[in-house]
Amino acid sequence: MTQLALVIDLNVCVGCHACVTNCKEWNTSSPTAGPLSDLNPYGADPTGTFFNRVQTYEIGEFPDTETLHFPKSCLHCEEPPCVPVCPTGASYKRKEDGIVLVDYDKCIGCKYCSWACPYGAREFDEHHRVMKKCTLCVDRLYDATLAPEERRPACVRACPTGARLFGDIHDPDSEVSRAIREQGGYSLMPEWGTNPANHYLPRRKTRIRLHADELERADNPLKIDRQLPQPGKAEPSLDDVTSW
Amino acid sequence: MNFPAKAMPLASGEGERRQIKYTTCYMCACRCGIRVHLVDGEVRYIDGNPDHPLNKGVICAKGSSGIMKQYSPARLTRPLRRKPGAERGSGEFEPISWEEAFAILEERLAKIRATDPKKFALFTGRDQMQALTGLFARQFGTPNYAAHGGFCSVNMAAGLIYTIGGSFWEFGGPDLERAKLFFMIGTAEDHHSNPLKIAISQFKRNGGRFVAINPVRTGYAAIADEWVPIRPGTDGAFLLAVIHEIIEKGLYDRDFLVRYTNAGQLVNCDEEDDEFGMFLRTEVPEEEACYEPQNTLWWDRLSNRAVITHTEGADPCLLGEFEIKGTKVKPAFQLLVDRVKQYTPEWAEGVTGIPAATIRRLAYEMGVTARDQKIELPIAWTDAWGKEHETVTGNPVAFHAMRGLAAHSNGFHTIRALGILMSLLGTIDRPGGFRHKAPFPRPIPPCARTPNHPNAVRPNTPLDGMALGWPADPDDLFVDDEGKPVRIDKGFSWEYPLSVHGLMHNVITNAWRGDPYRIDTLLLFMANMAWNSTMNTVEVRKMLTDKDENGEYKIPFLVVADAFQSETTAFADLVLPDTTYLERHDVMSLLDRPISEFDGPVDAVRVPVLPPLGECKPFQEVLIELGSRLKLPAFVDKEGRRKYRDYPDFIVNYETEPGSGIGFLAGWRGKGGEKHLRGEPNPNQWRMYEQNGCVFHYELPKSYQYMRNWNQGYLEWSQRNRITRYAEPILIHLYSEVLMRFRQAARGKGLSRKPPAHLAQRIETYFDPLPFYYEPLEAQRIDKHRYPLVAITQRPMAMYHSWDSQNAWLRQIHAHNVLFVNARTARAQGIEDGDWIWVESAWGRVRCIARHSEAVEPGTVWTWNAIGKAAGAWNLAPDANESRLGFLLNHLITEELPERDGRRISNSDPITGQAAWFDVRVRIYKADAQTDAQRGAHRQASWPSFPPLAPYPGQGERKSIWNYFVGGRR
Repeated sequence: MTQLALVIDLNVCVGCHACVTNCKEWNTSSPTAGPLSDLNPYGADPTGTFFNRVQTYEIGEFPDTETLHFPKSCLHCEEPPCVPVCPTGASYKRKEDGIVLVDYDKCIGCKYCSWACPYGAREFDEHHRVMKKCTLCVDRLYDATLAPEERRPACVRACPTGARLFGDIHDPDSEVSRAIREQGGYSLMPEWGTNPANHYLPRRKTRIRLHADELERADNPLKIDRQLPQPGKAEPSLDDVTSW
Repeated sequence: MNFPAKAMPLASGEGERRQIKYTTCYMCACRCGIRVHLVDGEVRYIDGNPDHPLNKGVICAKGSSGIMKQYSPARLTRPLRRKPGAERGSGEFEPISWEEAFAILEERLAKIRATDPKKFALFTGRDQMQALTGLFARQFGTPNYAAHGGFCSVNMAAGLIYTIGGSFWEFGGPDLERAKLFFMIGTAEDHHSNPLKIAISQFKRNGGRFVAINPVRTGYAAIADEWVPIRPGTDGAFLLAVIHEIIEKGLYDRDFLVRYTNAGQLVNCDEEDDEFGMFLRTEVPEEEACYEPQNTLWWDRLSNRAVITHTEGADPCLLGEFEIKGTKVKPAFQLLVDRVKQYTPEWAEGVTGIPAATIRRLAYEMGVTARDQKIELPIAWTDAWGKEHETVTGNPVAFHAMRGLAAHSNGFHTIRALGILMSLLGTIDRPGGFRHKAPFPRPIPPCARTPNHPNAVRPNTPLDGMALGWPADPDDLFVDDEGKPVRIDKGFSWEYPLSVHGLMHNVITNAWRGDPYRIDTLLLFMANMAWNSTMNTVEVRKMLTDKDENGEYKIPFLVVADAFQSETTAFADLVLPDTTYLERHDVMSLLDRPISEFDGPVDAVRVPVLPPLGECKPFQEVLIELGSRLKLPAFVDKEGRRKYRDYPDFIVNYETEPGSGIGFLAGWRGKGGEKHLRGEPNPNQWRMYEQNGCVFHYELPKSYQYMRNWNQGYLEWSQRNRITRYAEPILIHLYSEVLMRFRQAARGKGLSRKPPAHLAQRIETYFDPLPFYYEPLEAQRIDKHRYPLVAITQRPMAMYHSWDSQNAWLRQIHAHNVLFVNARTARAQGIEDGDWIWVESAWGRVRCIARHSEAVEPGTVWTWNAIGKAAGAWNLAPDANESRLGFLLNHLITEELPERDGRRISNSDPITGQAAWFDVRVRIYKADAQTDAQRGAHRQASWPSFPPLAPYPGQGERKSIWNYFVGGRR
């Protein structure tokens, strides 16, 4: 059974927010998921509906500080806690591809689902009074009028660092499964038993190990210009003091 | 709003109404290829052009928010005139017709041009059409023209171009595809955007090691393998200490230095000699031309005598001291070694805050990687001395640096040091190192010159030379017989001799004071000079409204052309509404700053995908209309009749000289579009660009893609295509004879002009032919104990300069800025996270919110740049976060520094005039009720604040709810 998901590589995410606004741009114009309203867009405390947000954290103390950019959207859990709590059946998980969706017509805006979601991934649209969330751009994935390479979520296509991988995590040969397997992919808060489909790849450090003898080389160019220690002919030597 | 189980595609039912148009982004200066998806002629979606060489299909946060720029209520839609009787700056305007606007301008400008053309000044922001604006200014006859480079990053351009003949960003960059080790120093996150993000990510995934050197750890630095915090303005000390180590351990690429730099050239070291500090030359070349004659000398270590450089079979001594006909000489490299002897890692630790052991380790990492991981590509090429090489080799250590190095008054020498380090490692235009982008490399210095005398400015006559150029010696300065500046910004004067991008940041102050003279009309295009594009903002705003004894404004007439209402439009006497990037034709030209790739020239165009809003008119059209009305020679025929119908017509048919075959666009030239780079005008050129995604990419043969400073094939190709005039090799200037020529003049030697007495010492000090470290000028003048911290800014990736606060989506990411303070520094002052604080410099103060951070070194405080706005500006509500909570750091920065002799001098690099806005030193303290009350500050608001601006006639309404596209309706 297919489970579509995003795998986000924190090792290359620079926190540029391309995924955030490209998602907004695609989905607000989508007749299926949009519009995503913005309240007070030119006034005090503007706020709007975004399916995807980037949070930035500082980890550790100066100077051993890591700055981590952390994009977050609906994780499309395999055991989504938002679905059973929905009193109207508006929240549902698709069998065919595992995408968790909300039927706006059935949603009464009670927010139970957002209370149930341990990840804070749901977005209540204050203007439309319904719950909204990431659809994995379901309206792109099966659109036969799009070129095959474009049938991917908007955030994945936009991401300049290619930090967002997309595919079926149940297919062991998929790019996402391989990335999770080989690069230490992990899911968020597994203790909740939600089994999130989206995964994250951790930071990896590359270091250089230098050996002291790498600085001692026969081809040192200083030798050519005679700058390496070379005693002058007039300096004292054994020849001056002994004749054997 | 049903959500069907089977999703309905965007396209369904809309097929007929849906269009995709290709053009070029302009949400920042990166200029990616984009596809604009329209439904019923309205923008639904903008994504990256997958076939574009720059962004390869990706797009950033700004580019994805282009819709919100297009439909922003800050858009200006009608020409506006300051209401009769209204005070300048009050923002009270009345709409007028374009015909009226043109008539006003024509009358005023014609009068100026017929009397004294320099009384018209044209200064532009990040417009990327400098080839046209510069042409207009030159044709008008004014020397007073520049774009924003003087306060942006001219040190980066000049420092590297005067050293290696190229620089970063548009001019060249790190080859991260082949590099193994990458150092990013002082780089803002917009320089540049998507290509760098793509490259860093691939570099990391290929196992490269990435080291970020920056006082702050934000975007790019966040994913670095190592963050090395450094005190602002001390990068030069770090780089010089690394050079010290590289030399001491013999980790430099000797072969590269010998053949491709001036390391082996012999310098006259006889202090009594008039030629002291100059290279010894065998003969004087017959013609004075813009390249370096190959007539300098090496000391051949094999035959132990002086020979002409690059003599077959010779190998120069890089070290030692020799004598030629009684004159003491040393190789340039020896002088560099002598210079850096003092710059030990221990010394640098005290300056930079980086432990000496770390400096050593990083130097060894660079040196050993460069030496031991050599790349060899099977590409045969021939060098400028006729030697055939079977391969191209490279040392895979790459660097990228930007404003963190540049925006200091010691930036030029810091950047020279960087160029020299990159050269010592043998990484210039080689795989894995630094690579040029066409039309670079240029000769050192490039050939363009300004006039060198005020008589080049004459009524009704084009300027006799370029308004901006590259001085090679004091005779190239644009000064009068007494050595006084000709330009209003004092560019190319003895105060800032190599100010190759001008000093836009001093224009208003100089014009207001009448020093060097008063002007009449100042035309600003896309530059927010009453806010974030200026230093000392509070005072500069006063200068714009200050009047003389007759009640006339000291700057009599101010014209602002922009697409958006801003802090600056409020001060205009005449506002010209520009179009957005989706509404106009544009070119990213090789005559300006193209978007070339390492493998060859790339230029691009914009085409309108939407009609102009209201009465908006592209500024290009304004210039062509004005040029035609004023009968500027380039814009009219012999009978004085208008030559070009409009801007697209101009772009197709304009040639730099009649029949030159060189125009703004390099692609599809020739009558049928069959020629590239050079060829007759092609009437269908625009269509051919459109058919090719609006971009032209000329891929050089592999053998011309590397070593271009010295690659005979490339140099001849470049000459054939008139990219350069000469096919002569461009040797790297480890030792800068150009700088020495100025120093010589300051010493009263040589035949060239001499500086005025009061500037001789300044020239003597700063025109050092070798890089040296000095404390930034502001720090030399103020009490550092009183102002212990340095305040800098960073550029968020989701907001370009001041452009995007009117953008409903982007302002939700950065609605207001705070001051980030190292938590320990803050606590020592009793400042808790989120407290309101005062930040004070020797020049001004602001009130803002403090945020504790562990990602900033303790001596630095920083904020996101240009998020703070004046109330009501950009048509935001007067209580918007940007003005209520946000703040502008520029209030703390001075545009001038006091000199000991009572004169004032620009707060800029003394060589290039680069605005030193990262030099500002501050102290911080918690806000309390008493001080707040004394200063008239509100308890929950930033300070200073300004009376709210009201919307202008013709501006759209500020919606309270935005539902972009409900069922196709907005």
